[in-house]
Amino acid sequence: MPEKIGVYFDQASISPFLKAEDIAEFVGKVFANECPVIKCHPRLNTEEGRKLIQEDIDAGNVDAVLICGTSPRVDWDIFNFDNVMVERVNLREQCIKVFRNPDGSLPDPNGEVPELLQIMANEYVKMGLMKLTKGGLSEAQVINSTKVVMVLGGGFTGLTAALYAAKTNHDVILVEKEDTLGGKAAGMYKTFPLAYPYLEAHVTGIEDLIAEVESNSRIKVLKSAELTTLEGAPGEYTANIKVGSISEELPVGAVVLATGWVPQDTKYVEPMGYGSSKVVTAAEFEAMVKAGKMDASSVAFVLDTRLSEAQFAAEEETYANRSDEEIASDDADAKTASDAAKANGEEEEDFVYEDMESYKHLPYSSELSSLVALKQANYVRELNEDGIAYIIYDHMMVPGVNERYYRAAQDDPGIMLTKGTVTSVTEEGDSMIIAASNTLLGENIEIQADLVVVPTGMVPTTAHDPTINLVYRQGPAFPDLKQFDGYADSNYICFPYETRRTGVYAAGCVRQPMTMGLAREDAAGAVLKAIQCINSANHGVAVHPRSGDNSYPVFNFMRCTQCKRCTEECPFGALDDDEKGTPKPNPSRCRRCGTCMGACPERVIGFDNYNIDMVGSMIKQVDVPDDMEVGGPRFIVLACENDAYPALDMAAMRGKGWSPYVRVVPVRCLGSVNTIWIADAMSKGIDGVLLLGCKYGEDYQCHFVKGSELCDRRMENVADSLKRLGVEPERVVQSELAIDDYDKVSDLIDTFVNDMIKIGPNPFKGY
Amino acid sequence: MSKSILVVGGGFSGITAALEAAEVGHEVFIVEKAPFLGGRVMQLNKYFPKLCPPSCGLEIQFQRIKNNKNVKFFTMAEVESISGSKGDFEVKISIKPRYVGPGSVDLSEVIEKLSNNVTDEFEFKLCDRKALYMDVPFAFPARYVLEKENCTDEDLKLFSGVDAIDLNEEEKVITLNVGSIVYATGWKPYDVTKLSNLGAGTVANCITNMQMERLAAPSGPTSGQIVRPSDGAQPKNIGFVQCAGSRDENHLNYCSYICCMASLKQAQYIREQYPDAKITVYYIDLRTPGRYDKFAKRILADDKINAVKGKVAEVIEVSGSGNVLVTVEDAETGIKAQNEHDLLVLATGMQPSLAGVPVPTGVQVDDQGFIVGGEEQGIFAAGCAKQPLDVMKTAQSGTASALKAIQTVIGR
Repeated sequence: MPEKIGVYFDQASISPFLKAEDIAEFVGKVFANECPVIKCHPRLNTEEGRKLIQEDIDAGNVDAVLICGTSPRVDWDIFNFDNVMVERVNLREQCIKVFRNPDGSLPDPNGEVPELLQIMANEYVKMGLMKLTKGGLSEAQVINSTKVVMVLGGGFTGLTAALYAAKTNHDVILVEKEDTLGGKAAGMYKTFPLAYPYLEAHVTGIEDLIAEVESNSRIKVLKSAELTTLEGAPGEYTANIKVGSISEELPVGAVVLATGWVPQDTKYVEPMGYGSSKVVTAAEFEAMVKAGKMDASSVAFVLDTRLSEAQFAAEEETYANRSDEEIASDDADAKTASDAAKANGEEEEDFVYEDMESYKHLPYSSELSSLVALKQANYVRELNEDGIAYIIYDHMMVPGVNERYYRAAQDDPGIMLTKGTVTSVTEEGDSMIIAASNTLLGENIEIQADLVVVPTGMVPTTAHDPTINLVYRQGPAFPDLKQFDGYADSNYICFPYETRRTGVYAAGCVRQPMTMGLAREDAAGAVLKAIQCINSANHGVAVHPRSGDNSYPVFNFMRCTQCKRCTEECPFGALDDDEKGTPKPNPSRCRRCGTCMGACPERVIGFDNYNIDMVGSMIKQVDVPDDMEVGGPRFIVLACENDAYPALDMAAMRGKGWSPYVRVVPVRCLGSVNTIWIADAMSKGIDGVLLLGCKYGEDYQCHFVKGSELCDRRMENVADSLKRLGVEPERVVQSELAIDDYDKVSDLIDTFVNDMIKIGPNPFKGY
Repeated sequence: MSKSILVVGGGFSGITAALEAAEVGHEVFIVEKAPFLGGRVMQLNKYFPKLCPPSCGLEIQFQRIKNNKNVKFFTMAEVESISGSKGDFEVKISIKPRYVGPGSVDLSEVIEKLSNNVTDEFEFKLCDRKALYMDVPFAFPARYVLEKENCTDEDLKLFSGVDAIDLNEEEKVITLNVGSIVYATGWKPYDVTKLSNLGAGTVANCITNMQMERLAAPSGPTSGQIVRPSDGAQPKNIGFVQCAGSRDENHLNYCSYICCMASLKQAQYIREQYPDAKITVYYIDLRTPGRYDKFAKRILADDKINAVKGKVAEVIEVSGSGNVLVTVEDAETGIKAQNEHDLLVLATGMQPSLAGVPVPTGVQVDDQGFIVGGEEQGIFAAGCAKQPLDVMKTAQSGTASALKAIQTVIGR
């Protein structure tokens, strides 16, 4: 805790609406002991201003710095001082610029300082001081991490990843389920082009890749091997691997998940004719070619999968719309089956993994299906001089540079490409007939071919099995697989490697169906994230998005009641627990969002630089007038610092303003909001609390995945407690606010304020 | 030998590459041509398919830069030359004067007094700005830029009392020693003036998809109101022309990857603002691969959005109304039709920024301007400098290039 705070005022930010000297005088009066140095400077964010502060630090006059002026989002490059705590009070943007008199008018720059503005500025400075006095520099909890990258899957992506990691001076354990390396690529005759000029298919080069991996001394290859469990945390995992019948325990730092895909159940392509001896899947066709058994001279590749999609989508809908009786009957059937199993002495498993394979894996695979059809059409041409290939598509899904490969196929007179809606695929004598409407020729057509090839849907291994088999309190698998029908993908567009499990990074087709060219890039990316994670654990700092943060949640176990809320709510599964339910923190899994701190009803969790007392004390700095009619109401806005806070800054810069009765308190994430802050605010007479956080639900924007959603749920619970206190639960409102809602936020705040004023004064005022 | 890494281009891919390398402890320099970091995505209103704002991810990236002393960046800076070799490059960087020093100041009062209006390129010429400006949302760095050449003598006098402005700043050249280089120079919208059959940029109410992004953006020239440039009227019948320049041997011989999804996304912008508006998308193929299928199906289920497979042959202005007449042949019915729209959006393609510009020795480009090869020399391409990609894949590519750059500098 700092003892000598230096408080510095930037007059350029504060004048002319306020006088820096007035606020300085106020601080000197109230915090004389805590703040031995209080200075005003005409323009603090200059070399000269910085020097002024640095000199006080160097002379030992101050051990913490409070800078009052510009927003903390700017001037970060000027106000960075080593080894002291620095806190910023945003007087320019979120106090002076947004200040409006109660009647909505702007203050007069040449007139008297409005009393409400003076109060607001003083309170924000007091809040800044609280933040400093209730915080401390934290010391990182360093893990002596093991620099081993485990790569799951020995296919093209896994092999590539293993080499990348080894060449970045990391030891690698490569785990392959089969007894040979190479995965799907080993079964391919050729791949479509992976590099400029993207015109011709070529050999995959998988044999060379395997040889390179096997001869690399840093890579330990385990074949016929399976990961049974992955215990611990990034930097210090223990992988239990079964090789044949022998189990091994190996230390692992981080994991690249490259377990790829399995072909979709062929039942999903039956509506497209599969089942006939003259209809094969693309995967089967590839094997035929590879084995030299492809002798058809005319082959039709059917890419339009709508026949299948329509049928299975309809079935799915019928199932979803079952009547209550049907649901009851289905449930009864399931129970009978399970009872029968039990009666037979079969053990009941604790964990049942819901299989996520469906017809949807066909459209997921559309790009690969199109490229594979082009490639295989070329096989037909290559293997038989008179061979003819037909490709019937709905949309030729070859985005980007692969257009060139498509164009090359179009130039081959033996490859006929047409758009069409395939209406039937039937056997007729020795050949197949594909009927299609809406073709480019403008009429219904029938194509006759020796063989029909239908696409192979690529089902990620994680759709069938947890695969990573984590020994985590929250279960063995990635928790959000359903969102992408089993693909171990990220819901962040900007941060494709971020999932809810720190330390495990998916690459290749287990993440998304992708070409080998992209899989190679993806392997490199995932390896870097794995290395970064090991490195961060080794330094005791957080990974994305609070990269480099060396604080971590500290638990006061003496007062823990083992309610398990923190372990259940942590979006990243960072907390395990013992038999009694006492949480066991794993700092290297933790992203420092503070959701555990927000969840804890006993308030025993906090960070050195962010804790319940800190924010609680900041809220207490707001002086609530006893009589709302005289001094006005007071409101607290708890704003997500990642998105809502910048939006408020931007609103200020765009000339927006809001009620002078509002005080904004930034929070790490709404997930860190503890209901005690709300209860305390209410018992102090605050007339309303507005929570501004990110969008939640399927397209969530919360950087910590669940924060705003969990906060919303907590606020439902807080309603009951407020009612018991005699406070209207309507006084607590949560709103979704995206970072680009800067033109909407002032109306949002003012509407909230007006609604609260309608409710009337908080009954606790004056107590 | 140097263990530092140079990243050329401060767009999404470059920032990602720089941060991912810096967060494992490497010193990284970002060189950005524009006055602000963020690149092309800053001009986008929302990303598909989540319809979330790009500033959200950029703000986190900027936060990461602020918190990481390994990242150093130069804006208004360009690579002049590269010499040396892998592990030991010497790179000369020229930095243009910004005339505005560090330290955030509010210059809005002096800006109002400036005389000249300058066409705003960030807004794709949809509006003007002053010669002293900070025209991007959530600008990073939050420093104004002054274009001295666009100031009158009177204007220059106004700056004499402003201590943040230094009119004597000069262009400078610095030398960096780095071990590897990532080229993340990104893309530019294909020049519409080359699309003579599609109006060549002369039809007022025929805009590009990037202009549409700015019209829909709350920070844009209309504060997010999608209106016709000619008269500010609300459009009721909007057309989208896909592959404007892409998939065309006379222009770009590849598919630009993002335009189909972008148009469907923009259709959604319009539908949200104008519940009665009708939309037609003219396409060759709707390329909505993989996980985008869900989004495409959702948008196309809207009965006010109609997708027509057909190549647009001609675009002309209807005199008087300012409407746009589109000649299109429906590929399925073969019927040639003329449709009138009150606003037409050209889904112009993505051209690598390096197309048609001289590149330093050591950087190899193909006939279209995409970087090819070079990895064995310690120069790595990332993002759309290498091939057309969406933002998600650009971030992957940036991360991958960071690993390769690290491998080059650590040695073995």
